[in-house]
Amino acid sequence: MTATTVDAPTPDTAPRTASTATWKAVIGLGVVLALYALLLALVPHEGAARFRLATDSDFVVLPTLVVPAMTTAWVCGLVGLAVLVLAAVRTRAGHRVPVWAIAVFAAALLVGFLAWAAAGSPRDLPVVGLLSGALALSVPLIYGALGGVIGERSGVVNIAIEGQLLAGAFTAAIVGSLTDSPWAGLFAAVVASALVALVLGMFTITYKVNQVIVGVVLNVLVIGLTSFFYSEVLVPNAPTLNSTTRFPQLPIPFLEQIPIIGPVLFDQTIVGYLMIVMVFVVWFALFRTKWGLRVRAVGEHPKAADTVGIDVIRTRYRAVLIGGAIAGLGGAFYTVVSINQFGREMTAGAGFIALAAVIFGKWDPLRAALAGLLFGFATNLQNVLSVVGSPVPSQFMLMLPYVVTLLAVAGLVGRSRAPAASGTPYTKE
Amino acid sequence: MSGETPDRDTTPGRDTTPEAAAEGVVENPLDEALGSVDPEAEPGLAEELEQEVAREQAPDVPDTGDRWRDAFRRATSGSWVVALGAIVLAIVAGSVLIIVTNEAVLAAAPYFFSRPGDTFAAIGEAVGGAYSALFQGAVYNFGADSFAQGIRPLTQTLTNATPLIAAGLGVALAFRAGLFNIGGQGQMLVAAIAAGWIGFGVTGVPWPWHMLLCLVAGVAAGALWAGIAGLLKARTGAHEVIVTIMLNYIAFYLLSYFLATPGLMQAPGSANPKTPPMQDGAVLPPLLGEQYNLHWGFVLSLVAVAYVWWLLNRSSTGFAFRAVGENPKAARVAGIDVSRTTVLVMLVAGGLVGLAGTQQVLGTVTTGFSADIDAGIGFDAITVALLGGSSPIGVLGAGILFGGFKAGGSAMQAAEGVPIEIVLVVQSLIVLFIAAPPLVRAIFRLPQPDRRPRAPRRRAAATPATTEEGQA
Repeated sequence: MTATTVDAPTPDTAPRTASTATWKAVIGLGVVLALYALLLALVPHEGAARFRLATDSDFVVLPTLVVPAMTTAWVCGLVGLAVLVLAAVRTRAGHRVPVWAIAVFAAALLVGFLAWAAAGSPRDLPVVGLLSGALALSVPLIYGALGGVIGERSGVVNIAIEGQLLAGAFTAAIVGSLTDSPWAGLFAAVVASALVALVLGMFTITYKVNQVIVGVVLNVLVIGLTSFFYSEVLVPNAPTLNSTTRFPQLPIPFLEQIPIIGPVLFDQTIVGYLMIVMVFVVWFALFRTKWGLRVRAVGEHPKAADTVGIDVIRTRYRAVLIGGAIAGLGGAFYTVVSINQFGREMTAGAGFIALAAVIFGKWDPLRAALAGLLFGFATNLQNVLSVVGSPVPSQFMLMLPYVVTLLAVAGLVGRSRAPAASGTPYTKE
Repeated sequence: MSGETPDRDTTPGRDTTPEAAAEGVVENPLDEALGSVDPEAEPGLAEELEQEVAREQAPDVPDTGDRWRDAFRRATSGSWVVALGAIVLAIVAGSVLIIVTNEAVLAAAPYFFSRPGDTFAAIGEAVGGAYSALFQGAVYNFGADSFAQGIRPLTQTLTNATPLIAAGLGVALAFRAGLFNIGGQGQMLVAAIAAGWIGFGVTGVPWPWHMLLCLVAGVAAGALWAGIAGLLKARTGAHEVIVTIMLNYIAFYLLSYFLATPGLMQAPGSANPKTPPMQDGAVLPPLLGEQYNLHWGFVLSLVAVAYVWWLLNRSSTGFAFRAVGENPKAARVAGIDVSRTTVLVMLVAGGLVGLAGTQQVLGTVTTGFSADIDAGIGFDAITVALLGGSSPIGVLGAGILFGGFKAGGSAMQAAEGVPIEIVLVVQSLIVLFIAAPPLVRAIFRLPQPDRRPRAPRRRAAATPATTEEGQA
């Protein structure tokens, strides 16, 4: 972006102390807890909540957990209160609030909320379905976010994740159908998405066009192209061009029979396992290899990187292409893993959620993946709750990831700071 | 260079300023500002403004001695050449799409080498038919019985252009201030909520007042929604691109919730997520009579064009917008409150996009709307603003062009079976090519203005800090 870095009153002007940062966390937790208590007090839901924990193939079939809803919800609230008090004490002593405390807080309130929401419903709330569905929904988000992280770390903002996912899904559908091989589809998706990335790179790195503009326009272009060919080519020839063979589930023996964890984590397709590996690979590559150091240097201070002999242009191209290829894996998920055909605009904004995950994850692969999981969970929670008969309007559940990201970007939930040179083209002097 | 005062007077375009200012005819507010800046006190600002003045000059082409070559260079160094080239390239690409998916062409292609004429005839028919349908759907229908019927497509084009112009202005204004308003969709939806709710919910208010009330509410809602992004940007440094994208989704789900909830915006007695029709008093009346869809919203868009032109070129607020967009640091030195300006820009931009949402609800779709009332205009507006070079007049032209594409695209789909998505492809390619002038020049083998033959005279201004393209 040219000259858009309006220098907001940065906290650098005031001495940056730990206490200002951490009180924010305490206040944030307090507000959430207050809202939660308000919800319970104003809209009580009497009755029992039923959590189904087991699937048929477990070693030990856990019984369905039936708990009194309001009691559980209030107990969970008390746990949250305890964490809040702990956080306040730690902050007073000048320490940071530990991450595990926030995790406990979130988990407690989530369980309480689920108990409240599922209260009185005749149906069981399928815990395994909730978690495995969340993981499945977050696969394209995480691949997209990983691709976005690599691009942005090298200094190229990637608004076109949506377009990359869609291009990947589209080509995976065609190639997968023609060859009857999901592997070929996966490969084609990687190539197609990298091609979108190449166009992004060409315009932003070589022609120095504004990165946001190119990203937005590329999204429109890919939507236009795929929709055009979908109605002109795929619909008339659906049996030959638009019905793929999907990747089979690959349950890992023994591990998949562990209650709850087994069916959630160890019964996936190769794309799902690859995602977990990829998160760590990207993290390792970015933070523990020479390549990663160079990518980050180019993204933070390209001039300095150039001075020590790093080829800024080439490094950026490479990073953008690799990021695009990874996003393509996520695109393939739609048509060779999730369902077996392509649909018009089937990614439905996942690329923008992935973008949100990049920022919410503070440009870190591990955190971005966790953010992707969180967003996938929020979406699936809405699905599950609508089955159980939730009192919360589904639209608000769907809105949640965006509100959380908004708060995160605004610095209310931890501060997100982009790589310094992200968004600016590099001109060698 | 700021210390050498005499040097400043040799800067082209500077010398006439005092006289012009004395007559009260200020050609360029930048000149005016430059005149008021003491270069001793604020060297950085003076330099910035001088560079800005230099940048605003017509692209100066050095003389090479060869008159014809110079003339050719001058003619091709303007940005309109690039715009034209981009449109030509995009239409060629659209033709390729039509050709490769046309059944007649595909049928003739296998025996291309024995009878190439068949393939070319089929190509001609496919492309010619499609673009002819596009033209007849966008401008004038030659097959119509009367002039009134024949001109109907043009009125449809203007109807489509109405919100595109308003929203395009909102995006363009933000661009000029260095902000990316990707949140057109959200601002339109929020404006539709406000204007629509008052439009069908309030009863008993007579015509002009009800309509005006809705307009004010819609514009205000759009302004506030965009103002959130401006405020967050100014207070916390949150990037407006991300914030506006998030606000898009939040607005969408908010509207979805209102539409799906009986007692809020859902039409009574209906299970569809759709509002009741607008009250008669709230509707923008038709501009050319009942037979056309064109409504008074188009006039509002024209007024908005004039307003934004005045704002950017004649008002001190607009000068502050542009100054912040060009260089926030220099603007701050000049005493412009950057935070306040950022919020103000987003408020005005959001208001303009809100006008687009209001026009949709009160003019184009008055029989009740659903969550797709924005019709992608929020994103189209970005392409309109880019094609229009972020200038109000340019946005007017680009809005009408894209409105024509939209109208013609529907006709093309109906007549020739070419999916309307091809319009998206052509539009995005136009913008992509326009954003990269060197690429277009390279394709058409036009001279690159940057790569001028070594001229002995360097530019008077120091090397400009940035050589990136235009305002965006």
